[in-house]
Amino acid sequence: MSTQTIDTSARRVPPLGGFNPTMLGIELRRMLRNRRTVIFTLIMPVLLYLIIGANDNYSGDREGSGNVSAYILISMAAYGAVLAATSGGAMVANERALGWSRQLRLTPLSPIAYIVTKAIVALAFGGLSVAAVNVVGKLNGKAEMPTHVWVEAALIAWLGSIVFGAFGLFMGYLLPSENVMQVLGPLLAGLAALGGLWFQIRPDTVLGHISALTPIYGLAQLARWPLYGGAPHLGWILNLVFWLTVFVAGAAWRLSKDTARV
Amino acid sequence: MTSSTTQSIDPGVRRSDPAVRLAGVTKDFGPVQAVRGIDLEIRPGEIVAFLGPNGAGKTTTIDMVLGLSRPTSGEVEVLGMEPRQAIAHGLVSAVMQTGGLLKDLTVRETVQYTASLFANAHPADEVLRRAGIADLADRKVGKCSGGEQQRLRFAMALLPDPALLLLDEPTTGMDVEGRRAFWSAIRADAEKGRTVLFATHYLEEADQYADRIVLVSKGLVVADGSGAQIKGLASGRTVRATVSNPDSDSLAAIPGVDSVDIRGESVIVHAKDSDAVARYLLNETDARDLEIAAKGIEEAFLSLTGDNDGSEGTPA
Repeated sequence: MSTQTIDTSARRVPPLGGFNPTMLGIELRRMLRNRRTVIFTLIMPVLLYLIIGANDNYSGDREGSGNVSAYILISMAAYGAVLAATSGGAMVANERALGWSRQLRLTPLSPIAYIVTKAIVALAFGGLSVAAVNVVGKLNGKAEMPTHVWVEAALIAWLGSIVFGAFGLFMGYLLPSENVMQVLGPLLAGLAALGGLWFQIRPDTVLGHISALTPIYGLAQLARWPLYGGAPHLGWILNLVFWLTVFVAGAAWRLSKDTARV
Repeated sequence: MTSSTTQSIDPGVRRSDPAVRLAGVTKDFGPVQAVRGIDLEIRPGEIVAFLGPNGAGKTTTIDMVLGLSRPTSGEVEVLGMEPRQAIAHGLVSAVMQTGGLLKDLTVRETVQYTASLFANAHPADEVLRRAGIADLADRKVGKCSGGEQQRLRFAMALLPDPALLLLDEPTTGMDVEGRRAFWSAIRADAEKGRTVLFATHYLEEADQYADRIVLVSKGLVVADGSGAQIKGLASGRTVRATVSNPDSDSLAAIPGVDSVDIRGESVIVHAKDSDAVARYLLNETDARDLEIAAKGIEEAFLSLTGDNDGSEGTPA
């Protein structure tokens, strides 16, 4: 037994549920240090654009207010943002499987502050990915579109990819493993093809009808919409909202089924 | 030194709140009753061992003290607060068996990350030095050995200077020297007022390092006292003999006899005064093949926790 006691009244609760720049900085560094994430979300979309989109054939063909190269550039930016958001979501589920979430529960960090931090990291990475494709595309010079289209398309691709943060979370809970992205990478490549990111799918074909039901379709159409102007189709927005609901509900369902200790 | 730095372990006002208070706590997992009604009060500065076999409900109880799960019924209070409140104030830390680490962070980053979550925490480098892992600071956690990772977990637990430290099987995997060094550090902290509650299934560890042992079995406290008291419960010897017509009433009447077990001609008596039993058997009966054996402390532990009766356990 001791003769002293600790004065508990002197202790404070951290502001903002523990959210702080040190943690955010370390999380961002982690993401940048992860070679696989950097290759898949920063380098691959850029390379895909340069290989597929940046050639004289496509730069000569008009598409909306720009050219086909611009169309492919927007698609690849959206693809990169989707990959970044998905890996961000999967990371949360993975940390739970590793027991790190449980470790964090022994600190004042609130679950909301944790999720906000992760969302910022995923969005920052999605933003980097979109920026990489756009900057390289601009420097390369093949893609042409009005400035407002560059900006609008990039913003839509970036923000719309939030849906896939929920997708990554859901899939991460479904397949808790450190290498969940090895499964999700090919899956996303397939969904991107079906959603019309790799090549144009004619809407009045059987494939076109299938495509309109898949999760990347809505984002792909919305991101390229500034190229054409006019009003966006209700179907695109419904597609995005529908899949967001599915993924959020799925993640919540897995979370509630999770009997393992938090 | 003219102005002393703020000593975070502060010999401040003595508060009457117990460090831990459990009142009628139960916890069910579906049909399984992991904790069946625990009442416990731990005073500030005590080092308490939570001793019991695997599946006794130790980890379940610690989870409730940490606010990681809620009791099915009953009340849990930590330093006069709700468990989650105490955690948010940086008053409670724990080193758990299952605490995960991120392999891709360095040791220093892990400590900085954790430190950043508290309103007040010791500087990361100081904590690394005190935990003896300053030279590992730039190493990736995934490249550290199990022992090094365990030291990192302790460094993280000590960051907020907790008033209550919970340890779940803390020295598993440590060698004798590591165990001794670990406990001398823990004792030094307890001198300054830190309360320590540790779960273990090693009676010897509980006896050597705790001020007080709370023995749990099947979700209930079966004994609570100092190491000497717990051992006292387990003291005594066993006398065995073969007797033609054993008289259980006479045997039970001998002073100091705890139990008498007669199977045919075979007599087994547990007694504090084995000499009196032997004297009676040899003088008053035709006892032969008489044997006197000391009841081992492990055996006593098993008899108290009922771990050897073959009934089903509950998850930890």
